[in-house]
Parts: sequence; structure tokens; C-alpha cells
Amino acid sequence: MAQIKIDHVTRKFGKNEVLKDISFELEPNKIYGLLGRNGAGKSTLLNIMTTRIFASSGKVTMDQQSVVENDDILADMFLMSEVDLYPERMRVEKIFKQAELCYGSFDYKKAYKLAEEFGVKLTARFGGLSTGYHSIVKLIVALCVPVNFVFFDEPVLGLDANHRELFYQELLQSYEERPRTFVISTHLIEEIAQIVEHVFILDQGKIVIDDETQAIIDRSYAITGPKKAVSDYSVGLNVIGHQTLGGLRTDYIYGDLDDERVIPDTIKIEHVDLQKLFVYLTEGSVNYVKE
Amino acid sequence: MEFNFNSTEPLYQQVAEQLEEAIFTGSFTEDKQIPSTTEISKQFHINPATVLKGMNLLVAKELIEKRRGIGMFVKVGAVATIEQQRKESFYADYILNVVTEAQKLGLTEEKLVQLIERGYQNGTN
Repeated sequence: MAQIKIDHVTRKFGKNEVLKDISFELEPNKIYGLLGRNGAGKSTLLNIMTTRIFASSGKVTMDQQSVVENDDILADMFLMSEVDLYPERMRVEKIFKQAELCYGSFDYKKAYKLAEEFGVKLTARFGGLSTGYHSIVKLIVALCVPVNFVFFDEPVLGLDANHRELFYQELLQSYEERPRTFVISTHLIEEIAQIVEHVFILDQGKIVIDDETQAIIDRSYAITGPKKAVSDYSVGLNVIGHQTLGGLRTDYIYGDLDDERVIPDTIKIEHVDLQKLFVYLTEGSVNYVKE
Repeated sequence: MEFNFNSTEPLYQQVAEQLEEAIFTGSFTEDKQIPSTTEISKQFHINPATVLKGMNLLVAKELIEKRRGIGMFVKVGAVATIEQQRKESFYADYILNVVTEAQKLGLTEEKLVQLIERGYQNGTN
């Protein structure tokens, strides 16, 4: 089975280094989450992986072959992005046909079923649809093309809660029917936390976390108690953030605790969920767009 | 059936616990099939690998069994097994915690026994 390798990829826009020496691998048949704040470089990374833009240095390979100018490899990947690439006047059914032409085949049966469930008219023109429905049409195409790597860049943009729910269900259904690799880049972390098996967190152009979701949660702690007791306990540990409420303090820790340390009665140790961990890890790292 | 997930306990364990509870309370009956990984995965938006891991915990505890080509079934005697396992862990899970908390509050052993008796008198069932 094919594997995608991102090997020391760097991308500069002028003087602004958006991606800094990124390396990771995508295995077959896994669902990944790609998380990062606005401007962290998520879209740039996905665009490089699908050769919509090029890396300044480093390379992306599938089974040791470069993805650049390789039609076979590109035919095995689909990127659903925020950008609308379809002509305004094109009808939904024509969009499906075009996907078939590009990718060699297309699961019409599933596409029609999804169109009905989401309430998309096949004869509607793309330009006449709302933002949410633009996303939906693109999602349907992403789930129905015969590729082994599907990348979603903000898949649920503009979707209401019901449609988001439906999308996650259909994604998992489709994954069970035909296992393949999905990468979901989104800001709605809570909604995908249980779906993704592996998480990448991108912060200021660097991968700061690359691990199994459960392993990440297992290494995330919130230590709560009286200020002094908490500070004493967490000294030397990897504290990524804290909160205080009067004399009460919570230290957020990412990493292993010291088993040797005695845990005082007054402090409580809990695990932190993915969203909280993300917030503290990437706190204060807003990227300013430089001219 | 309703799954209530908290975010801090490993998800596969929660899946196992919820399924076990459903078996214990009779939502899934013995010798009958339980929902497939796909159904659970789809309905609760959980990665199928996680659901499967949870189910495997129950297979190891001999509460469910795989019937090749059909799916997972509740084993005959599963309810009795759960009851047995829960009785065994009752002391560690509940009694020790009660005693620890009582000691923190400075309640005497005698007082604690009295409280338990009161619980029995006021208890609904």
C-alpha cells in the first residue's frame, strides 16, 4: 500500500517562511487530523502535497517517487479546499462528470445518495449555491472519487450542525466501506477529536505534535490545587499553560509526569482534552502576515 | 442507547464500559447480536479502530464473542459474569473510597456504619 512522505519541506513567500522544515509520513488507511491556528501553514502544506504549489525546498514522495509532475500519483490524491475551482455556471451533475473524467471513475450511486441526503439539486448551478452548499458539493466529490488519499481543508466551512453531523457519519461510513487515508484540517477540534486516529499540530510553520490521538491525551495533564502545592509539584515538568482563580491554580502539562514525586492530597490530576491542549500549546503564537 | 463521553478517560475504555453497561442493564441481551463497529462508529463519530479496541476488551473479559462472518454477540452468562466482576471490584471501587473520604471528614467508623444504615432505610429500592 502506498505511503506519502513529507521530507524536510520548507516554503517561503518572499521573506516569510510559512513552512519550516516539515517532515512526517502518512500511512495507508488512517484518519489524520491536521490542526493549527489561522496562518499556521495548514493550507500551504496541503497545497504542496497535492502540487497546487511547490515547496521552496524539500520534497513530497509517494512510495519513493516525487509527486511533482507525476500524473499517476496525483490521480491517487484529492484535495477538497476552501477555494472554489468550479465555474459558476456549471451544474452539480456536470461537476460529478468532470470528476469522473479527471479520476477515471466516480461513485455515482453514492454521490446521488449523498446529494439527496444533503438536499443538493443535481441540476443546480454551482454559482447559485450558498457557501455551505459549495462545501457540500465538494465533500460529495471528495468521498466519491476513487483515490487512496483524501485531504480535507476546512471541510465543514459554512455547514450547519445537522449537515456537519451528517458529514462525519458519511465520512466514517465511507471509510468502513473502502478504507483509505483521510487528512482533516479543521478548527472544530472537538468535533473530530474522536474520529481521528493520529494528530499533527502545526504551529508557526513547524510540526509541534505528531502522535496517536490517544497517546497525546495520555500525556496531557491538568494539575489543580492550591498555588504553592501545584507550583511545587510541576516544577521542571513541561508546563504549557496555567490558569489561576484566587488561590487556586491549574498547570497544564504536556509530557510525562515524574513518578517519583509524591502527589499531595490537595492537588488533583486530570487529563486534558485535545482542544484544550491545542489552545495552550499554540497560545500566543499568532502569525502576523508580513508584507 | 446513549453514550456519554468525557474527554479524559481513554475512549476505547469508555466504549467498553458503555457496552458493558448496556449488556448489564439488558439493552443488549444474551445470545443476541450487538451493533457493529460501523454502526457505533457512524452514530457516535468515533474512529472504527477505537470502537474495535473497546470491543476487544469485552472479548477478553468474555462478555461478547465474535461469530465469524456475522458479528459480535453477547455471550450466554455475560450478565452473571459482569455481576461477579463488579462484586469483586466493589470493595476497591466504592468501600475504600468511602472510608478514605470519611476519614478526611473525621467521621468515626461507628458514624459511618450508622450512615450506611440510614442509606438502607431511606433507599428507594
